[in-house]
Amino acid sequence: MKSGESKRHGVLLAAAAVLVLALAVVSVAVGVFDLSWQGLVEGGEERLNALVLLASRVPRTIAVLLVGMSMGVAGLLMQLLSRNRFVSPSTAGTVESASFGILITMVFTPNAPVMVKMLIAAAFALAGTALLMLIIRRTPLRSPLVVPLIGLMLGGVIGAATTFIAYRYNLLQSLASWTTGDFSRVLRGRYELLWVSGGLTAIAYFAADRFTVAGMGESFTKNLGIDYRKVMILGLVIVSLVTAVNVVTVGAVPFIGLVVPNVVSLLVGDNVRRAIPWIAVFGAGFVLACDLLGRTLRYPYEVPVGTVIGVVGAALFLFLLLRRSSRVG
Amino acid sequence: MITARNLTKRYGQTVVLDDVSVEIPRGGITAMIGPNGAGKSTLLSLVGRLLKADGGTVEIDGVPTNGMKQSEFAKKVAILRQDNHLAVRLTVEDLVTFGRYPHSQGRPTVQDRGHVEAALDYLELQDLRHRFLDELSGGQRQRAFVAMVLCQDTDYVLLDEPLASLDMRHAVAMMKRMRGVTEDLGKTVVIVLHDINFAASYADTIVAMRDGRVVQHAVVDEVMTPEALRAIYDVDVHVEQIGGKPIGVYYT
Repeated sequence: MKSGESKRHGVLLAAAAVLVLALAVVSVAVGVFDLSWQGLVEGGEERLNALVLLASRVPRTIAVLLVGMSMGVAGLLMQLLSRNRFVSPSTAGTVESASFGILITMVFTPNAPVMVKMLIAAAFALAGTALLMLIIRRTPLRSPLVVPLIGLMLGGVIGAATTFIAYRYNLLQSLASWTTGDFSRVLRGRYELLWVSGGLTAIAYFAADRFTVAGMGESFTKNLGIDYRKVMILGLVIVSLVTAVNVVTVGAVPFIGLVVPNVVSLLVGDNVRRAIPWIAVFGAGFVLACDLLGRTLRYPYEVPVGTVIGVVGAALFLFLLLRRSSRVG
Repeated sequence: MITARNLTKRYGQTVVLDDVSVEIPRGGITAMIGPNGAGKSTLLSLVGRLLKADGGTVEIDGVPTNGMKQSEFAKKVAILRQDNHLAVRLTVEDLVTFGRYPHSQGRPTVQDRGHVEAALDYLELQDLRHRFLDELSGGQRQRAFVAMVLCQDTDYVLLDEPLASLDMRHAVAMMKRMRGVTEDLGKTVVIVLHDINFAASYADTIVAMRDGRVVQHAVVDEVMTPEALRAIYDVDVHVEQIGGKPIGVYYT
C-alpha cells in the first residue's frame, strides 16, 4: 500500500512537471517578436531569431520558473518556522525589509554591484523577519490570524519609512522600478543571480526533515535532539536571501509564498521532503501561467506579472481562508 | 535513575518549583500527582530539558544532563508535553517515523522501519497510518504522539497527562501499554496523572507535589491513604480496597 501510494505521487508529480515544461515552451514562443522555429534551425540571415531566443525569451522563462519555485519554498519555510499558515515573505515584512535595504544601497552606494545590493537587501530582510519572529514569540496569540496582521503592520511601517526616505531623496520612481514585480526587464546577464535562489531551494530540500520537525514546535524539536535555534537561523537566512535575490532581480512578486504552500499542504501535507518538489513544480507553473496571462491579455502590451498574481492569488487565498476557517470552526 | 537536586524554577516573582530534590528509580511507572499548579509539568519539563532550571541539577544514570548534547539526550529520554497542537499537516506514519530521528537522522533504515511498525501496532494505529493528524479525533492524535515517543526507543519516557483526551477504554489501554513497556522492554515511565485512581491502579511509585514541592514520594499504598491525600489535595478522600487496589472516592 505504501509503495503504491508513493508511486501514484511520483506519477502525478511527473505529469505536473511535464505540464509546466510544456508551458515553458509556450512561454519561449510567445512574444512581440515573431519567432520562427524554421529560421532558428536554418540560421543565416535570421540570426535575430537566436538572439531574441537566447537573450530574452529563455532567460525570462528560466527567471519565472526560479522565482515561482524559490518563493514558494521560502513561504513554506516561513510557515513552518512561525508555525502559522498565513505567514509568507509578502505578509511578514520580509519583502518590505528587502526593499528598504535596496533603497539604502541606492542612497549610500548607488554604484555598488548587484551582488552587494543583494547582500545588503538580504541583511535587511533577515533583520526584519527576525524582528517579526521575536514579536510573535512575545505576543499572546489568541487567533492564528493575529500573526499575519502583525506581519502586515510591520511591513506597512517599514514600507512607509522606505517611501518617506525615497521621497526625500527623490528616488521614488527608481525604487518602484526596482521593486515592482516585472519579468519584462529580464535579459541575459541580468537574471543569473536568480540561480542562487535555486541553490538555496536545494539546500532547503537537503535540510527538509529538520524544517518539518521545527514546524512541530520547539518542544518536539528539542525532544528529537535537534537544535531549534540552528534550524530557525538556517531557515531565516534561506528565506531572506531568496527574497532579496528575487526583489533585486525581478522585484516583489506577491502571494506565491502564501498560496502555493497552502494549496500543496492540502494536497500532500507538510512533510517538507514530500512537499518541496510539489511546491517547486506548482510554484513555477503558477507564476509561469500568470506571466503568460499578463503577456497575452492586452497583447502586444504587458500587464505586470505582480498585478496578475495579485488578482489570481487573492482569489485563491480567499478561497483557502474560507475553507480553513470552515474546517477549524 | 533520574536524580533531581535542588531544582528551582521561577516565572518572574512566582516560584513554581521550590528547591525540589527527588530520585526516580530505574524501571516501573512513577506517577506524578498533585493539584493544579503544583509544579508537576514544570518538574517534568526540567528533567526532559524543555525548560532551563534557575537552580539545581538533573542527572540521568549519574550523568549530569546539562553537559549532554541534545542529540545524545534524545536517545536516552523522550518527553511528550500536554498540549500538542501541530500547525503542520503530517500523516500518522510521518509523525511516528520522526520519532526515529535521533537514531536515523532522517534516513530511516530497515531497523528504524521495524520500530515504526511496532509502535503503530502497539497503539492500534495501523488503520490510521495514512491519515493526516488534523483529520483525527483528539484521542487518536494523542495515541499517535505516544507512538512517536515510544518509537524513539529511549530508556526513559516522560509523559505529561497522556490520558487527557482519551475515553475510558483508551485510557485504560494506554496505561496497560505503559505497564507492558516497563515490564517487557524494561523502560522507565514517568507520567503526570490527574486521576489518582489511574495512578493507584497502574503505577509502582507516586510522587505527590504541592505548591512547587514534593510532599510525598512512596509506593502506591502509602500515598493512597485518606491522611496523605488530604495533605496533598485538601480534599477528604475515602479509600477502599477494590480488586486488591486502593481506590479513592472523592465525590462527596
